[in-house]
Amino acid sequence: MQFGVFSVSDITRDPISGETPSEAERIEAIVKIAVKAEEVGLDVFAIGEHHNPPFFSSSPTTLLAHIAALTERLILTTATTLITTNDPVRIAEEYAMLQHLAKGRMDLMLGRGNTAPVYPWFGQDIRQGLPLALENYNLLHKLWREDVVDWEGQFRTPLQGFTSTPRPLDDVPPFVWHGSIRTPEIAEQAAFYGNGYFANHIFWPTSHSKRLIDFYRQRFEHYGHGTRKQAIVGVGGQAYIAKRSQDAVKEFRPYFDEAPVYGHGPTLEEFTQGTPLTVGSPQEVIDKTLTFHDAFGDYQRQMFLIDHAGMPLGMVLDQLELLGGEVVPVLRKELASRRDPESADAPTHAGLVKAKYGDGPARQPRPNANRGDNVTGASPYQDSAPAAEYPEI
Amino acid sequence: MTTPKEPFRLAVVSAGTSDPSSTRMLADRIASRVAALAQERGGAVAIDVIDLRELAGEITTAIVSQLMGPKMTRAIEVLGRADGIVASAPVYKAAPSGLFSSFFHVLDNDLLIAKPVVLAATAGTARHALVVDEQMRSLFAYLRTMTVPTSVFAATEDWNAAELGERIGRAAIELLLLMESGFADQVRSESWKSYQHEYGSAGGTELDIDLSSDLMRLATGGSALKPKRPE
Repeated sequence: MQFGVFSVSDITRDPISGETPSEAERIEAIVKIAVKAEEVGLDVFAIGEHHNPPFFSSSPTTLLAHIAALTERLILTTATTLITTNDPVRIAEEYAMLQHLAKGRMDLMLGRGNTAPVYPWFGQDIRQGLPLALENYNLLHKLWREDVVDWEGQFRTPLQGFTSTPRPLDDVPPFVWHGSIRTPEIAEQAAFYGNGYFANHIFWPTSHSKRLIDFYRQRFEHYGHGTRKQAIVGVGGQAYIAKRSQDAVKEFRPYFDEAPVYGHGPTLEEFTQGTPLTVGSPQEVIDKTLTFHDAFGDYQRQMFLIDHAGMPLGMVLDQLELLGGEVVPVLRKELASRRDPESADAPTHAGLVKAKYGDGPARQPRPNANRGDNVTGASPYQDSAPAAEYPEI
Repeated sequence: MTTPKEPFRLAVVSAGTSDPSSTRMLADRIASRVAALAQERGGAVAIDVIDLRELAGEITTAIVSQLMGPKMTRAIEVLGRADGIVASAPVYKAAPSGLFSSFFHVLDNDLLIAKPVVLAATAGTARHALVVDEQMRSLFAYLRTMTVPTSVFAATEDWNAAELGERIGRAAIELLLLMESGFADQVRSESWKSYQHEYGSAGGTELDIDLSSDLMRLATGGSALKPKRPE
């Protein structure tokens, strides 16, 4: 089981101080948050992707590569990478590059994005959001698995003899999570490819997330990737922790009340009752998180949102101390004792390499010499299918 | 006519805000008329009342955050199992009250498909009379309900006119006949799939997944391209 934090990258006014951090301040802060996440013993850090203010994270791979250089153990990922408005060719290239630089300590989560005006900025149309997401992933999947891709789809120019470079590290594609809260087609795609399925599990009760998780597990088995229990499930969550429950409520309430999305709506009490949010002592967060396991069964990744709504850096770092110091160690122990030996390990690059090669050496693609045009011939790499033979002239 | 084994479940939704409220009173008169008629015909009706006044906070919360509170969740359960509905709104400004409209705006599109509904409204002046037919009826058409032909509108002066009672009686028998016909159940069992649905809709009960759709083919590595004409 992996534990981590995910950030949407919002730059929000701190309701207590009245200050809105600058983009520079917030970007610097997020790097500190990620580094701290590793320091306190968490496994994963994820950043969102947005292309409009008040968010800063338009270029997740740049940020994650920087964090990779500052950390040693932490897995870097996204929440989410927009599979709709990004060209899948660019996703294949950028995330393979990140995978090399991070020495495999990365994966990515795909999402659609729900802001209509963003789509046309990238030449797309939200009304086609779902088919776009599905088709783009079909292409991305090929680009990371086939050295030379011929492809034609509805949404981008066809590809003839295209090679996405660099090839994935050890020729093992980055692990992919498909994120969805209510779209069976996305869960089906995750199951079809044997990829992970991630339920955001922030705004809706656990029963809501359970429906598609169960569907995904069933389809994962249907497609022969393993049993239902071996399907790979990630879950979001949200917590504010203080040593004493009443301090947690007091400290978090001003941020909750003005939070983007649910601020000025439900009360903190209504929201904690109706959704996975916990505001309380470490023990309360532990107890609530264990109820997720009761509902979903063994799952592989638990993410927490802890840095939004204008919370200042110091407060977020304190949250990480409590999460990493008091909550996660107990959860690791509790969940390990409940774990079914049949269930899947959390995905890592090392695990995927092992699954592909056993104890044998991993493939290390070495390109053939530049032929001047990059398109003729069938084998861009020395070990790929035999080179086309050209007649002597 | 067959006698139903179980009583019909009639849900009364009232957006009246005072207590007692004329909007609620109008809804109650319609509901009890339905019950009385059913009894005369050897049937029975069980009435559940959803007083929107008590849900006001949860309705606005649902609008701004999609969070359904416990009272909203109960109301959705009541409507989901209702055989018929009486929906009654006060008119303040040439439209059903915001509380009334907002409640129906946050319900899943699929929750009320084919259910018979009596629409009713109260107002301080007869100038609001067409609100029921011109506005409420279109809202309920969007929700794909089966609204009865007779709308019940009561302005101040209607409360001491016998004609109001006659309109109530007319609407009540229309609703009862639609409930007795089993129209909603039959539409739902025979034609449910022909309506557009969203996964998890109808109060979380619409969980059918069509695995053979074009999108599902695309999800599983297929193509969205139209097949080309042979060259």
